Amino acid sequence: MNEVSVLIGGKAGDGINSAGAMVAQLLNHMGYRIYLYFDYPSLIRGGHNFAIIRGAEQEIGTCRDRVDFVLALNQETLDRHRSRWNAETAVLFNADLVKGQGHGIPIREILTAENAPEIMGNSAIIGGFAKAAGIDWEMVTAVFTSHIPKGVEMNLKVARRAYDLLEPVHPVSRCDSLPVPLLTGNEAIGLGMIRGGLEAYVSYPMTPSSSLLHFLAEQKDRFGIQVVHPENEIAVVLMGLGFACAGKRAAVGTSGGGFCLMTEGVSFAGMAELPLVFLVSQRTGPSTGLPTYTGQSDLRLVLHAGQGEFPRLIVAPGNVQEAVYWSEVAMNLAWKFQVPAFILADKTFSEGTYSTGPDAFADVPSEELPRWDNGAPYRRYADSPSGISPLAFPGMKDAVVKVNSYFHDEAGITSEEGPVVSAMTEKRLRKWQGLRAEMDRYSPVNVSGTAGAPATILCWGSTKGVCTEVAGALGLRVVQPVVLAPSPQDQIRKALDGPGRIICVEENVTGQLAELAQQHGIAVDTKILKYDGRPFTREELEGKIREVLA
Amino acid sequence: MTPRTLITDAQNTWCPGCGNFTIQHTLKNILADREKEGKSLDDVVLVSGIGCHAKIADYLNINSVYTLHGRTIPVATGIKLANPNLTVICCCGDGDCYAEGLDHLVFAAKRNIDLTLIVHNNRVYGLTTGQYTPTSPLGFRGKSTPLGTAEYPFNPIELMLASGATYIARGYTRKMDPLKKLIAGGIAHHGFSFIDVLQICATFFPAADYYGPRVYDLAGHDTGDFEASCHVAREWDYNTDARIALGLLYRRQAPTFEEKMQPRPVAANERQEAITALLKSRT
Repeated sequence: MNEVSVLIGGKAGDGINSAGAMVAQLLNHMGYRIYLYFDYPSLIRGGHNFAIIRGAEQEIGTCRDRVDFVLALNQETLDRHRSRWNAETAVLFNADLVKGQGHGIPIREILTAENAPEIMGNSAIIGGFAKAAGIDWEMVTAVFTSHIPKGVEMNLKVARRAYDLLEPVHPVSRCDSLPVPLLTGNEAIGLGMIRGGLEAYVSYPMTPSSSLLHFLAEQKDRFGIQVVHPENEIAVVLMGLGFACAGKRAAVGTSGGGFCLMTEGVSFAGMAELPLVFLVSQRTGPSTGLPTYTGQSDLRLVLHAGQGEFPRLIVAPGNVQEAVYWSEVAMNLAWKFQVPAFILADKTFSEGTYSTGPDAFADVPSEELPRWDNGAPYRRYADSPSGISPLAFPGMKDAVVKVNSYFHDEAGITSEEGPVVSAMTEKRLRKWQGLRAEMDRYSPVNVSGTAGAPATILCWGSTKGVCTEVAGALGLRVVQPVVLAPSPQDQIRKALDGPGRIICVEENVTGQLAELAQQHGIAVDTKILKYDGRPFTREELEGKIREVLA
Repeated sequence: MTPRTLITDAQNTWCPGCGNFTIQHTLKNILADREKEGKSLDDVVLVSGIGCHAKIADYLNINSVYTLHGRTIPVATGIKLANPNLTVICCCGDGDCYAEGLDHLVFAAKRNIDLTLIVHNNRVYGLTTGQYTPTSPLGFRGKSTPLGTAEYPFNPIELMLASGATYIARGYTRKMDPLKKLIAGGIAHHGFSFIDVLQICATFFPAADYYGPRVYDLAGHDTGDFEASCHVAREWDYNTDARIALGLLYRRQAPTFEEKMQPRPVAANERQEAITALLKSRT
């Protein structure tokens, strides 16, 4: 099976992310399915940034430890990643800054010869890589032309000089597939929200959610949405709820720390029955933690955020297909049931880049919105067997819409009477039951791998990619709940039914999915946990699972 | 058209003599006038915080959002951005919007979003039974400060001038007719309207004897002159004994936030094409 991995590294400010994206596009056009992992510390200039671009014939969602190419823009790239490369690896480096064995590219000399600005230095490295990988110049031209916003000619001249300096080192075979769109996890989530009718996105910058704010802000006119960046996350969630009050579909985005500020709004959404979709992209906590690294330690937080008891939907997509699909579903179900809905992601997924095949845009079940029939008087919290009240919004003729954070009667007027409190609590409980029953129309738990396998990997979110790959290599099964609330306990139990042992893989220190499973009577045999802020690699997880199975 | 019954059946639980009654009746009269002019009340939304003031959301029979403590403004901002055709009126308290939600107040003024904000400023927490607020005078003895506060109040009028509000007024609940003019003027003003209403708390801060001899109606003041408005704003600092100006202190016209933030209209089928175009650019 054809496969290739490329590491590109330099200091922050060197444009490693965009250079990595160009390498990814070259491999995409060679017919590879792509996964790009971008690793950077929390600073603007200096520090060490690197990207690993992996291409394979099948869809992938993780990196390997070893790489076939190293593109070093600074010395640290070679020194720090010594374990990832050996004598077989094609090592290309900026000859002005790096001392090493391999293929030095005289970037300063090339830029001077072309009278090109320093920012185009990366094009020289990419041109060198293309030749070392045996990629046709025509393809380099096509990819540069499509993906460099300005100065294509000059960038191509710079790239060509490096291209002509080198000979093919490790020619990369062409695969049969046609190129497909490459999207980050956050972009896939954004497109799912847009398919779900998003009209406004409100967010305060916080890594690793910010790239969705940037993406939607840049694309707002294309999609006809409003994008608002308010004073803090408290304002974010309440503005989002304001949009919902006025009948507009809104979403908000943040990470754990910002989400802590939002929790009063989560509870308000529960009580006032306001639909709002939240992207919560996890980073390594607690507190400020590691802002630019990954983790899966906020499941418990999102499951329980907000005082009081009220229904919520939580989905944790494991790849771009699931992100597009479930983000759209989250929009639809938030509105149908008038509840908060959460898309739980992490840095690995949000900022990773993935090949997005045409099957990523599957149709979701259509959901009817309960609308007021203009039969006066309107009662915002009219009770019904489903607990769902018809919707009307301010501005509609003869509807007096009274939304309330206090306990309230059906008209939305504050009430502290015991029977009213009980009735409204039971109304919300019926929505909870309805949301759980709704899951029968969906597939809230994904099962893949070998039936009757000696072990099953239980995982959630971004680790789906690495778990699926390792399970494929070892002949195991994978059970991945995408929906985490309402807990699809019956579907998980059914999926895990059988004699094999259950290995739960999570990127946290306590095993939060394992705990959730335990609460529903599902015992996990072994937990494999990682909590250093870095995602599992293929070899790392495979080694740990082999130890468990030995 | 039969005029709408403007007061709901909800039992009113404000204390006798509470200044909230004045604000409620003032708003009721403004709404009735609006209906008489042939304008629908369906387009009006009242957004309240949490505190004694906020019960007005239960009492007035119009669209309302009874939000959280301190959070009137962000909810109102979302509503106005979502539907700029709505007339959005915020009722908030001084603890509510000068303490818990102060950041939102500064930003609403900075953005010049077209909301009308009425601060029921009784200078004490009523519903939590008597603690000092950001506008209580130095040494105020409340339940959380039995020996008196150790901090000065701030001057919300000055704060709003500094923050960019485009309509700044001060009213008093014992002067209902001028108060009505100030609030109606705020609703008519296209931009962020801020009305600080000195309100009597009959139970915890019955300050009528203090305000009575000190308040005066502004006359001959140039509301477009920022420096002159600052001068009037600084006459009384909510602490030291001084004359207290009532009326419109400052007004100017400026583009509003919701106008600048309106989305480009895109039809549903155009959205799918937009997604296809985006995907092509990523291939």
